[in-house]
Formats: sequence, C-alpha cells, structure tokens
Amino acid sequence: MSITVSHLTKRFGDFLALDDLSVEVPGNALLALLGPSGSGKTTLLRIIAGLEVADSGSVHYHDEDVTTSPVRDRNVGFVFQHYALFRHMTVFENIAFGLRVRHWPRAQVNERVRELLHLIQLDGLGESLPSQLSGGQRQRVALARALAVQPKVLLLDEPFGALDAKVRQELRQWLRRLHEQIHVTSVFVTHDQEEAFEVADRVVIMNKGRIEQAGTPQEIFEQPANPFVMDFLGNVNVFHGRVQAGRAELGSIAIDYPEYSHQESRAATAFVRSHELDIQRVRNGRPALQANVVSVNPARPVVKVRLHAEEFGVWLNVDLSWERFNELQLQAGETVYVAPRRMRVFVQDYQI
Amino acid sequence: MSDHNAALPGYLRAHEDPPWVRWTLVGLTVAVMMFLVVIPLALVFVNAFSPGLAVYWDNLANDPDTLHSIKLTLMVTPVAVALNLVFGLAAAWAIARFRFPGRAFLTALIDLPFTVSPVVVGLFLLLLFGLQGYFGPWLREHDVRIVFAYPGLVLATIFVTFPVIARELIPLMEALGADEEIAAVSLGARGWQLFRMITLPNVKWGLLYGVILCNARAMGEFGAVFVVSGHIAGRTDTMPLRVEKLFQEYNMPGAFALSSVLAMLALVTLLVKTTLEWRTRRDLAAAAIEKDVTGQP
Repeated sequence: MSITVSHLTKRFGDFLALDDLSVEVPGNALLALLGPSGSGKTTLLRIIAGLEVADSGSVHYHDEDVTTSPVRDRNVGFVFQHYALFRHMTVFENIAFGLRVRHWPRAQVNERVRELLHLIQLDGLGESLPSQLSGGQRQRVALARALAVQPKVLLLDEPFGALDAKVRQELRQWLRRLHEQIHVTSVFVTHDQEEAFEVADRVVIMNKGRIEQAGTPQEIFEQPANPFVMDFLGNVNVFHGRVQAGRAELGSIAIDYPEYSHQESRAATAFVRSHELDIQRVRNGRPALQANVVSVNPARPVVKVRLHAEEFGVWLNVDLSWERFNELQLQAGETVYVAPRRMRVFVQDYQI
Repeated sequence: MSDHNAALPGYLRAHEDPPWVRWTLVGLTVAVMMFLVVIPLALVFVNAFSPGLAVYWDNLANDPDTLHSIKLTLMVTPVAVALNLVFGLAAAWAIARFRFPGRAFLTALIDLPFTVSPVVVGLFLLLLFGLQGYFGPWLREHDVRIVFAYPGLVLATIFVTFPVIARELIPLMEALGADEEIAAVSLGARGWQLFRMITLPNVKWGLLYGVILCNARAMGEFGAVFVVSGHIAGRTDTMPLRVEKLFQEYNMPGAFALSSVLAMLALVTLLVKTTLEWRTRRDLAAAAIEKDVTGQP
C-alpha cells in the first residue's frame, strides 16, 4: 500500500509547519522522515495518520483518497513516542483493544494476540500491566497493539526517542527485521540521522516544512543535494570561499570546479567530512591547510583529531584510522598539513 | 545525607524548624480540631442518646415531619448528585480536553457556587422562579411549581454542589493527558467505546470520590434550600431544615437525634472519601511515574 502526499500545507497560527509538501512512500517501504525539531516531520506524520487536518493538499493510500477521513476509519497503526499504552489494561488487553472495538470473536482475538506476543518476544507477559514493563518492552507492546488490526500503513512518531542508547540500538535492528517479516508500508519520524540511515530503506530529509532531499540512505550520503543536508548529516568541516571560472578557492586550497564556469565570482561553501581529511607532516604538493593540533581523542573506531588553522581562523575535525594515527604519532601542539581527499562545493546563488 | 541525619536523633536537621515551633503548631491544630470538630461531634451523639435509645428511636421514627424530612433528603440528594455527575463529566472533559476561547473564564466560573453565599443562590432562584419572579407568571400559567416545592430544592442543591465533581475531575484528567484517548481513536474506538473503555476506567476513583463528596454536601445543604423551600413542615423540610426547626421549637432530643443521623452519614462519607482519596492519589502517582519513565515534561 503506497502513500501519496500532494501539496500539503499546514499552518499553526503564524507558524508554517508544512509548505506545499509532496512526497511518495512506495508500497512496503520503510521510510524515515528526518529533520531538526520544528521541521514539520511529526505534523506530516500526523496528517498522514489523520490525527491532524491539513489546510490544503491531499493524502492517498494507494489510489484511495483519505484526505478527509477521520483516523478511526483509516485503519492505520500509530505508535506514539511515549507509548500511550492503556495503563489500566494488561498487555494482552492493550494488544486486543483494536480487535475488541471491531467486535472480533473471542477465540480469534486470543489467537491474534498470542501471535503478536510471540512476534514481539513477550510471550508469557500478557497478564502484566504496562507499568511493570521496561521502556523497550512497552514500546514493543505499543507496536503490537498498532499491528493487531493489520493496518494498511504503520506510522511511528519518534518510536525510540524516549529510550536509552543501548535499548534504542537493539530496538532499531529489531524493527528493521520485523519490517522484513511483515512488509507493511511504514513511516517513522526521527531527528537522529544515524537511526534513519540504519533502519530505513528510504530517507526524506525535511527542513522548515519542505523536503530538502529524498532518496535511499546511500544516495543521500553519497550525493547530498544541498548545504543543509550536508550540514545536517553532521561530522563535516565547513569552508567558506569563492568560485570563479571553473575554480573554487577556499583559503589556501584551490580546486577545479567545472560546474561553475562563469567569470563572475560568487560566494561558495565547501563541505568536507571528517573522514575525508588527511593529515600530513610535510607539504607534498597537494592543496592543504597548515594547522595546529589542538587535541587528540582516541575514540573508537577512529581517532578524532581537532585542529586549528590559524591563518584562516577555522577549526577542523579530522577522523583518522588507527593505522594512520599510529603512523603519524600526533601530539597536541604540533603543526601539520590538512588535505581534503574530497570536497563538496555549493555555490550560494540562492542566498543572495 | 538525610538518612545519615535521621540516624542521629536529637540533632537539629538544617531544613527543619526548631522543636518548639513544631510542637506549638501541632498543639494549636490539635486543640482547634478538638474544640471545633471532635468535641461538638461527640456532644451531638451524647445528647442524642442521653435520653435513652427508646426516646431516640421515638424521635426519629414516630415524628411524621422528621420522617418526611429524611425521605425528602433521600429523594433530593440522588437526583442532584446524578445530574451533577453528568454535568461534572461534561465540564471536566470540555476543560481538560479542548482549547477554546473563554476556557480560563469557564474554569473560574465553575468555582462560583463555592464563593457565593448559598443564601444568595436561594434568593436568586426566587427571583427567577418565584411568583413575582422573572419566569413566575409563565410558570403559574402552566401550573408548574418550582419554588417552595421539590424542583426548587433539587435546583438549589445542584447549584450549590455543582463544582464538586468537576473540580475533582479536571486536575485528574489534565494530569492523565489525552494520549491514551488519541491512541484508542487511532485504533478505531468510537465515542462511547472510548469513554467506557479508556476514560472512565482511568478516572473512576476520582469520579467516585467526587460523587461521595457531592453527596455529602448535597445532604447537608442548608442556606440555599432554606430560602427556596419556604420550610413547610412535612412538605419541603429537608433534614438540615428539620433540625433547625426542631431546635427552634425547643425539641432538643428530636434535634439531636436527627443531627446524629446527619453526623453518622458524614462519618461514613469521611471514611469512604479517605479510602477513595488514597486510590485516586495512587492513580495520579502512577500517571506521574509513567511520565517520568517516558521522559515527558
């Protein structure tokens, strides 16, 4: 069941939460809506669910227009960030809720709930109350409750947001495997890019009510569409400079930039990921910045080196492999040369 | 740290007031409670039973006006409580779940009956429904009696007690939040299912507590009922009005006997109320823990 969202606009007072946004969720996909807070991702999810009404635009499930149908008629599974389990009901009754309000016969309810308890690996905990479960267990119950009615689409609002790091990690992988088992079209909201990239097979990056980029995790990582995406993905160094006649000059680094061949000079921003910078003890002819090592943090799996290029007043973060670090034996205070292996240059034409 | 301090009795703990302050305040409270509550209550029972059980029973069971007042109170109170139950739920739902202009004003308005003197409420009902009142001529034409009759008593009682249940439910429903209800709707629940399966079980102890409290206030209501009843013995006298009348007629054993019935009802209410209060607090604590675990503000 694919989801098609066309030209959605939603305002809350003066705040424009969604700005003429269109997006397509392919059938059986697991899609992540990724963005900073206030980017409109939760609003979009709630409109897809029917918990919120858009000012204009439409939502289709496959070819059925559900724009105006209320949430209770849409047959969606919604998982809330704070679980929203029914506190006075047992785990069993929580999962059975959607079936009970649909007047399923008792025997079928029992069978379906047992099946789901098994799916979420909580067999035997059916008679517990939500308050007796851990956060991770509660979120799995919330998921089972949403799945019980065999929803057309599964929508998850920051499903791991309230969990601690270790449980988050486990639950992410579990959700990925679960999706491979049940293949229901799923959309989840997150502000954690690592989570989006690890779990989803499609990622939509949102900012200020618009989509900055949509694609597979690999596409987005390899070809970030614009500075926002680049910056949001994190772990990058930013250089400011200018482009002119097929060359980009960023401090003492000058590289070919055939995408911009005009004679007119323009401001440009270059992004280099931390692991795309190399450190050398001597200049070897490649474009490089002179910088002082400020600190060395031998974290796993890479060594994080922080440097300061005094000449241009920029701070640099470099991730070195352990092999490279052992070769260099860097100490704080040393002067070295930092060379980018790869740069992404964005001309700031639209910011004028 | 505090555990450490607790292990050393006699040491002055930094955050506590000196013993003389504590003991003075405790003593004062106990003394006031003794003189104003415990002793008078005990005296009611002593006076009621001192002429002997036979007289006590005779005063209650063989005085037709007293008997009627008990019956009338038992007829007015349940109706008033039932109507307030509906109103309280509706008001609490509206205030806790919806955001609308004038919401703060409505919340304040609900408290009005607690701040206005009941006598004023009675007069206000007279002005509306009395013979010379606003609706008086119309009511007389259609042969409807409100003032000096049963409907007037119910109206006055409702007016005076209507904040009780709403007041109890609003903070509870606000603390519980709407998350579970939204979840239930997303799972396909419709209005009545939602109320019966989710909302009601979550607020039941608070609701019952409100009902008990409302019941107590309704049975004891005097001022507003005094004005609208016209205190006609054997017709519109409720128990509190009857007590007052017996007292005015120097029938002390009768007044105390009937008072003791009201006092016993109050004690039972107190007992039930305390139990329910404890359960409501537990529900609220559970809600708080839930929020803690999920990191909600």
